[in-house]
Amino acid sequence: MKKQKNTLAGLQKRKAISGYIFISPFLIGFMVFMVKPLVQSLYMSFCDVQIAAGVINPVFKKIEQYKFALTVDPNFNRLLVEEFTRMLTNSLAIMVFSFFVSLILNQEFKGRAIVRAIFFLPVILSSGVIIGLETNNSLMAQLQANIQEAASGVSITATLESVLRTAGVGVRAFEEVFKLIDGIYDVAIASGIQIIIFLSGLQTISASMYEAADIEGCTAWESLWKITFPMISSMFLVNWVYTIIDFCMRSDNQVIDKINTVMITDINYGLASAMSWIYFAIVMAFVGITSLLISKGVYYYD
Amino acid sequence: MTKVKNSNGDFWERNRKSDGYLLKKTALSYFVSIARFILLFGMCFMILQPIFNKISVSFMTLEDLNNPTIISIPENPTTDNYFLAAKLMSYSKGLVNSFVMALAIAVVQISMTTLVGYGFARFEFPFKKFWFACVMLIILIPPQTISTSLFLHFRFFDILGLHKLITGDTINLRGSALPYFLMSFGCMGLKNGLYIYMIRQFFRNIPKELEEAAYVDGCGTLMTFIRIMLPDAKPILTSCFLFSFVWQWTDGYYSKLFLGNIKLLSTELARLVDSLGAFLMRETGTTTTVPVAYSNAIMSTGTLMMILPLIILYLFAQRGFVESLSSSGIKM
Repeated sequence: MKKQKNTLAGLQKRKAISGYIFISPFLIGFMVFMVKPLVQSLYMSFCDVQIAAGVINPVFKKIEQYKFALTVDPNFNRLLVEEFTRMLTNSLAIMVFSFFVSLILNQEFKGRAIVRAIFFLPVILSSGVIIGLETNNSLMAQLQANIQEAASGVSITATLESVLRTAGVGVRAFEEVFKLIDGIYDVAIASGIQIIIFLSGLQTISASMYEAADIEGCTAWESLWKITFPMISSMFLVNWVYTIIDFCMRSDNQVIDKINTVMITDINYGLASAMSWIYFAIVMAFVGITSLLISKGVYYYD
Repeated sequence: MTKVKNSNGDFWERNRKSDGYLLKKTALSYFVSIARFILLFGMCFMILQPIFNKISVSFMTLEDLNNPTIISIPENPTTDNYFLAAKLMSYSKGLVNSFVMALAIAVVQISMTTLVGYGFARFEFPFKKFWFACVMLIILIPPQTISTSLFLHFRFFDILGLHKLITGDTINLRGSALPYFLMSFGCMGLKNGLYIYMIRQFFRNIPKELEEAAYVDGCGTLMTFIRIMLPDAKPILTSCFLFSFVWQWTDGYYSKLFLGNIKLLSTELARLVDSLGAFLMRETGTTTTVPVAYSNAIMSTGTLMMILPLIILYLFAQRGFVESLSSSGIKM
């Protein structure tokens, strides 16, 4: 086996060469724009970077910057924890929401094309600078409050919330759920791509499978769990990873904001690099662990 | 009339024959479609409502904005907001710039990622797994992690120290569009890893026989790619191209980092409030704080003006966005 690999001959060799030619843009780009900055940024996170007259002068300081970020800086820890919980709850909500919506959008009904078009609109609306502007728009919040006030004296959700709160069981969990429900717009707006991915998965399931299940006496609920779920379980993995990554790169992310402030306003490159490496490491660890867990449950048809 | 009655009677008769099963089934299906309608209507409204809101706010005057009785329909509609926002964002210039940049970058990125995706999908070569892991890595790394050093990398750009050897100094590439184009050529642009991944998944599903037949008929590797594979890949390429265009259009991060000197709609929009403050200061001659309501109205107008071209594009290419990706049935 090993010998064969070493002496790729004839067609195999030619194919290997053309393969490398095809992916060469990526290789060059990766070498030039990724490896060096990555290593450099890792190195700088261990340094105190001084910039004087256009000359970068990193002074090696061991883990000083990491210590500073985690123990001295008053906000970084708090922001990290806040963003992480927000990421966790929001990602879960996005997964459930997009799965649910894609199930509905996969059915046959009148006006499906229009509804689909509207649901994918967030791909535009939630991208780039727009989402950052959306979050701190006080006028819109005020308008919304006005409309709610005008519409009814008592808000149904508020009443429900207070009823559930007085129940007194699992108040903390309820609080998170309330937060999600109040922010359902954020969830909907962030799940455009996920819906598309789920839909593409749903459409690969052949209808004959459902037919067979139906004839055998399977209810729709059962076939959801026995057919739909396993068949698109690989999409869950893709979507989960994508959702988390997308969340980390959004411009309303406070940790990223903090890093940018440290880098651009305070011109402290070392600290900024250290902070972003801490954040990156946490996210990577989280993605790694969860996707390992999910991939245990993924079912591959072929 | 008789026909309806007839079919109705038929229905009850059939219902009786099926021991009420038919009625239950029909009622259930009606219930499901009504529930679905309510649910979808609510959710669609939720997504569209901010846009409607922005549209109504963008036509309001300052008095309307401060009048608490006016919620959605302005009393004295005006288009002044549009003119002001257009002036502050240098709209026509920004529009052209944004269009040219987004188009050029999308073309470069998609042609490069198509090549790479095809290479990963259809060829066997040593270290393939390793390189694909690198693709996954560039999807996963937030650009912020390396932005610091990318910034410095382009500020003091040099190829293997050659330039410094000759002229004694490095090249400052910051402030031109060149770095970003170079990155796009190297598949390192915005979300390029994702495009490689999607395109690879698509090409993997094309039957091997097609390719082999082409080889047997004397097609070279490149010819097979251009004449056989590319026409098949139209749907996935369209959707990737549209994604790339839209994300490039609205992107603030890379644009701010690399294209700071070029007036783009996204960067102009991001600092619209600041330019509004500066404008009002020039007009009145005194430092005044901009009323929150007013700055928000201008902001909404600016946002609308920025996404308007995208919405038009979206309406035309809706099928490209929605159907192609989901109907091509790519396995992720």
